[in-house]
Amino acid sequence: MEQHAILQVENLQKHFPIKSGLLAPGGKRTVKAVDGVSFSLERGKTLGLVGESGCGKSTTGRMIARLMDPTAGRIMVDGVDISQLRGKDLYHFRRKVQMIFQDPFASLNPRQSIGTAIAAPMVAQKITPPGGLKNRVKELLEQVGLKAEHYNRFPHEFSGGQRQRVGIARAISLNPSVIVCDEPVSALDVSVQAQVVNLLQEIQQDTGVSYIFIAHDLSVVRHISDEVAVMYLGKMVEQGSRDELFAGPRHPYTRALLSAVPLPDPRQARAQEKIRLRGDLPSPANPPSGCVFRTRCPLFGTLGEEQRQLCIDVVPAPAVAGSPACHHTALAGPLAAGVQ
Amino acid sequence: MTQLQSPAEPGTAGAATAGARTTEARSLLATAWLRIRRSKIALLSLCVVVAIMLFAILAPVLSALSGNDPFTSNTSPEVLDDFETPGLPLPGYMYPSSSHWLGVEPGLGRDLFARLAFGGQVSLTIALLSTAVSVVLGTVLGAAAGYFGGKTDAIISRLMDLFLAFPHLLLVLSLTPILQSRLRDTPLGQGSFLPMASLVIILGFFGWAYLARIVRGQVLSLREREFVEAARSFGSSHLSILFRQIIPNVMGVVLVYATMLIPTNISAEAALSFLGVGVKDPTPSWGQMLNAAQAGNWYLSDPWFLAVPGVMLIVTVLAFNLLGDAVRDALDPKASRH
Repeated sequence: MEQHAILQVENLQKHFPIKSGLLAPGGKRTVKAVDGVSFSLERGKTLGLVGESGCGKSTTGRMIARLMDPTAGRIMVDGVDISQLRGKDLYHFRRKVQMIFQDPFASLNPRQSIGTAIAAPMVAQKITPPGGLKNRVKELLEQVGLKAEHYNRFPHEFSGGQRQRVGIARAISLNPSVIVCDEPVSALDVSVQAQVVNLLQEIQQDTGVSYIFIAHDLSVVRHISDEVAVMYLGKMVEQGSRDELFAGPRHPYTRALLSAVPLPDPRQARAQEKIRLRGDLPSPANPPSGCVFRTRCPLFGTLGEEQRQLCIDVVPAPAVAGSPACHHTALAGPLAAGVQ
Repeated sequence: MTQLQSPAEPGTAGAATAGARTTEARSLLATAWLRIRRSKIALLSLCVVVAIMLFAILAPVLSALSGNDPFTSNTSPEVLDDFETPGLPLPGYMYPSSSHWLGVEPGLGRDLFARLAFGGQVSLTIALLSTAVSVVLGTVLGAAAGYFGGKTDAIISRLMDLFLAFPHLLLVLSLTPILQSRLRDTPLGQGSFLPMASLVIILGFFGWAYLARIVRGQVLSLREREFVEAARSFGSSHLSILFRQIIPNVMGVVLVYATMLIPTNISAEAALSFLGVGVKDPTPSWGQMLNAAQAGNWYLSDPWFLAVPGVMLIVTVLAFNLLGDAVRDALDPKASRH
């Protein structure tokens, strides 16, 4: 497996210092937006990265695309650690990892024609494709389901879905090994979401590119991912293959997430176990001690004194495939029964 | 204009919301033009501005048509009074006539129409060039401050504060003669170029700070936009991001500011020339003409001599100001779209 991994992330961390001013003395505190995340991604596969807003999934994606500098940890792309690259090396690395952004309205420069936008990565990387830049852009336009004559159009003339296609064309123009898709369909209509997701899959089949698919919509993740990783408050709480994770989620947070997925059949929906999380996401500036999920954990309330103390005192080991970051995974069975 | 074509991709509601959520792109100027065309004041001021520009540009042609040039003086007793008020144009020459379309100047008897036309050339050139200097400086420095942040921002921002804090008129009054003496030996300082070059430099260098501050604010928000991140993600250089991604998006603001800066600079040139540190005789400018009317107390005996450049100045500044307002309204993204 090691030699197939195109991307390996080890103990990735991003800490933002909180500025303390005269009126708000805070000392040297930090927000741990991403705190020790590890996973690996194989060539031609898709890793779905899920979690609620503010859990650090976008920050993780941005660090992999080196739009942010990691505080610590390693990001191995094709066997090379890219987490500390600078200058020329960073510039050359950029061909390997590209990004598709969430907001198709903000990710295209309103003053730039579609053709110029798609050509921009090749121009920036000083690549002259055989047959010329313009022809390559037209090829890319057709590859993502747009028309070559859209070349001179401007972003405002397109719908959200079409703009996202432009974003995809731009991302694949450098033939990257990994594309970080940061909630690429969450701003789109449901009918368009399916088209864009299918396009992403077609491109993967054609080019063998790997995706980090960041999303909070679990049904989309289920559709596209091979592996799924669940994050909560900067930590990885559970990861595994899609089928395993969706069939038998073991971390209480994953269970809660999955139980919130709406089902199309009302009879099924009524029968579904619903785990409602209490309270709000704790402030990442001041996370709970021990297990970060304990303040909202449905399992925590059912535990005995001694078991609770374990959750409060001891940070669970970060999740790896098949082993969630929870002290009491074994109790997952009773939980399901208890809530229903 | 409104031919929003949405090819391919059936079943998208995105097209309708597309225009509302972001600033308009190529159609910005087209939209602005449409709005200017709809406003009578805007259209009128535009016509006046164009007419004044043509008047200045065509100065050599127009003065040739009138058969006069701005430098030839005629102090013969047929033209200028020799007894009661020496130098005052005789009644037939004071006011518009077929030989002198706007009469002649008191004192030297030069043709007023030719001087007004050539003076307009000088005044408008100074105003436009100094505006261009301010706009380029303000846009580039403001964008750099906003984009790079940190020390760059700190240095440029303090520089802006410095320039904004100084009393302009005082500084310009004291600096212009110094600059002129420095420029005298350079190619820029030859003949009539000297006062023009010095005014362009002085007005240009004192007008950028305000624009830079506006641009900086815009860029601060622009640089967080995803298309800038996208450009970083494929390795665009800072300069390329600045000039290809960011600056095109602040051009609307810059254009509005530029149209409002032009009349300010026209009056500044007039004020400085009037106060005697700007354009000097024999080079004509509207300010210099006002200065001439005041210097010999001619405005008492020949108010027409004061009125000609004065009215021209008022009309020009007013037209540019109204046009500036119209451009601002037309480019305002918050205004309702038609």
